[in-house]
Amino acid sequence: MNCRSEVLEVTVEARQVEEAMLALLHTILLHRSSGKFHYKKEGTYSIGTVGTIDIDCDFIDFTFVRVSSEELDRVIRKAVSEFKDALSGDGMGQISLEFYQKKKSRWPFSDECIPWEVWSIKVNVVNLANEQERQICREKVGEKLGEKVINVVEVINRHEYLPKMPTQSEVDNVFDTSLKDVQPYLYKITYQITDSLGTSVSTTMRRLIKDTLAL
Amino acid sequence: MDSGLSPQDKKDLDKFIKFFALKTVQVIVQARLGEKICTRSSSSPTGSDWFNLAIKDIPEVTHEAKKALAGQLPGIGRSMCVEISLKTSEGDSMELETWCLEMNEKCDKDIKVSYTVYNRLSVLLKSLLAITRVTPAYKLSRKQGHDYVILYRIYFGEVQLNGLGEGFQTVRVGVVGTPVGTVTLTCAYRTNLAFMSNRQFERSAPIMGIIVDHFVDPPCGGQRPANMGHPCNYRATDEDDGGQYAGCQDSQEVCTTSFSTSPPSQLYASRLSYHPPALAGAAELCHPAANQVLHAGKEHGGVVSGPAQPPHGADAQLTAENAANTPGSSGDDAGLMHSGERRKRRDEGRRSLSPADPVESLNAFTRKIGAFVNKPSTPITAASLDLPFAAFAPRGLDTEDNDPMVQPPDSPPCPSPLQASLHSQGSEGSGQQDDFVMVDFRPAFSKDDLLPMDLGTFYREFQNPPQLASLSLHISSQSMADDLVTQLFKDSLPEKLAVYEKNIDEFDAFVDMLQ
Repeated sequence: MNCRSEVLEVTVEARQVEEAMLALLHTILLHRSSGKFHYKKEGTYSIGTVGTIDIDCDFIDFTFVRVSSEELDRVIRKAVSEFKDALSGDGMGQISLEFYQKKKSRWPFSDECIPWEVWSIKVNVVNLANEQERQICREKVGEKLGEKVINVVEVINRHEYLPKMPTQSEVDNVFDTSLKDVQPYLYKITYQITDSLGTSVSTTMRRLIKDTLAL
Repeated sequence: MDSGLSPQDKKDLDKFIKFFALKTVQVIVQARLGEKICTRSSSSPTGSDWFNLAIKDIPEVTHEAKKALAGQLPGIGRSMCVEISLKTSEGDSMELETWCLEMNEKCDKDIKVSYTVYNRLSVLLKSLLAITRVTPAYKLSRKQGHDYVILYRIYFGEVQLNGLGEGFQTVRVGVVGTPVGTVTLTCAYRTNLAFMSNRQFERSAPIMGIIVDHFVDPPCGGQRPANMGHPCNYRATDEDDGGQYAGCQDSQEVCTTSFSTSPPSQLYASRLSYHPPALAGAAELCHPAANQVLHAGKEHGGVVSGPAQPPHGADAQLTAENAANTPGSSGDDAGLMHSGERRKRRDEGRRSLSPADPVESLNAFTRKIGAFVNKPSTPITAASLDLPFAAFAPRGLDTEDNDPMVQPPDSPPCPSPLQASLHSQGSEGSGQQDDFVMVDFRPAFSKDDLLPMDLGTFYREFQNPPQLASLSLHISSQSMADDLVTQLFKDSLPEKLAVYEKNIDEFDAFVDMLQ
């Protein structure tokens, strides 16, 4: 199975990095999150309800919709905050949201993580000279984010590969069941920073999910 | 076309498409209310949330949507459209966008209705939630208020995009293939937001309003022209208000989707099971508007009296309402003004859309005279009066037949909250305000029997005493002072001018030094 890969690029001011990343990551996760599964007898299950919240950006002329889950929001904010801190001043970086499935392996091998969709957001940070430029940037970045949201929606609505709905015993191989109110597909967020010369200075891998590989 | 579809699947599919259409309208209209939307996730299925999404149902909107559908479903050649337009406080309007739910002939016969189609429709609704915040009309709707309001209109049939102006853009929200056709959801939005120069009040098709007039009573029903759609006032509702939309509530069906996790060969065999609605469902709307009162249990009060947990689902009948279809024509665009959309205007005091003075334009709609003013011989407009608060004074001149607030000549009364408030105030008082009313002056704590005259009479008699002598002196001294000043100026002024002219170079040098 081939992993679907999508790349989004944005150019933002330093103070806009966090909100721009949150907007795009939450938009993707909105589409890749389900209500909590409740398994019943006879192999049937029902699905909980996903609520949504409108979030106004402070530094960008933009409003995005995220899943109504404070737990999920905390996790994403933490990842974005680390990415922002790593991006110091003006530079380039990339944050990736990868959806994967776990495949059980026999002992002594650990479970394998097979990605099925990867979203890479390339960020180019610029410094602006005055308030007028910042105001223009505020509007322009808002428009750009709108275009990116449309791109995301376009990809998702192609309805390409999605993992099959799992049985109760296998739900943890497909979904992140750690949250109490929503159930996103298993995902991980990683980022890397590029210096101004375009070379990858360091590759920082960060696993933000609870179950990590032992190998 | 649907020969391969079982009757149960066909029934389920029709139900999905019907409620998808209703939820689509709700998402679009709620995104244009001007406020942020917040709903809560619930880990347990409540049985009342279609597509596993917490989308609240505004009863008026559901009612209008069902009225537009009139028992039909979006199908091939039959699109359901939601038109969003902007209307200024002066009555000018402009179409901003049109959302279209269409079906084309491309069928996907192998797709599983009750799982795949359902889930994909759920994803499509999420996409709609995201895209409705991205189109230009969203920002306009967040800034609506007294200068302009955002209105919506639902119609069924052929898509009309003429009112969007030249160069309108289209964004496709998504598609979902079904065995009977492919459901497509698109949005066409205006890019040219400049108003046209000539302003005309034209009669347009009924437009249902999204109006947040929290503090204003709507105009009395009897005074509204017959061709005007009712504004959907999104305000605090009493318990009784839900009753007027009993028709839509009764037909609101609840659903709980159950899915099967059978082996892959039998995957996704699911049936809808109907349960009595959960009261106070988890889909609460955390809304900043204090006046919004939503009765979750009430709105989803359509109790389906089917079996609680049938494997085949309860009967799912479409509600065939006999309401008339909404007119297909959207009407021509009224003459429009410069929008000023590009400028960020958050102060309500500033005029964002009209170059004319809004006070003058308001005066043009009102013909009121100041209280306690003698009735003028000629008809006047408030514009010619220079009275403060003239707009809030009761009317005394014109009859209701001539009053534009009651019988507007060309267009329906603007649903602007400000004008509505004026109208409601004007309609209450209609007495003549041109005569003084003599009130017997009775001073407090006075008795009539002690003095030859009572205190009131004494007061009236001596209300205008003769001028005091000292005051006359004061006046004369004042005039003396004036004379003195005049004299001083008269004597010294020419000399002073001569001095200034002589030293003009010095003064110029001084001014240059300052610069």
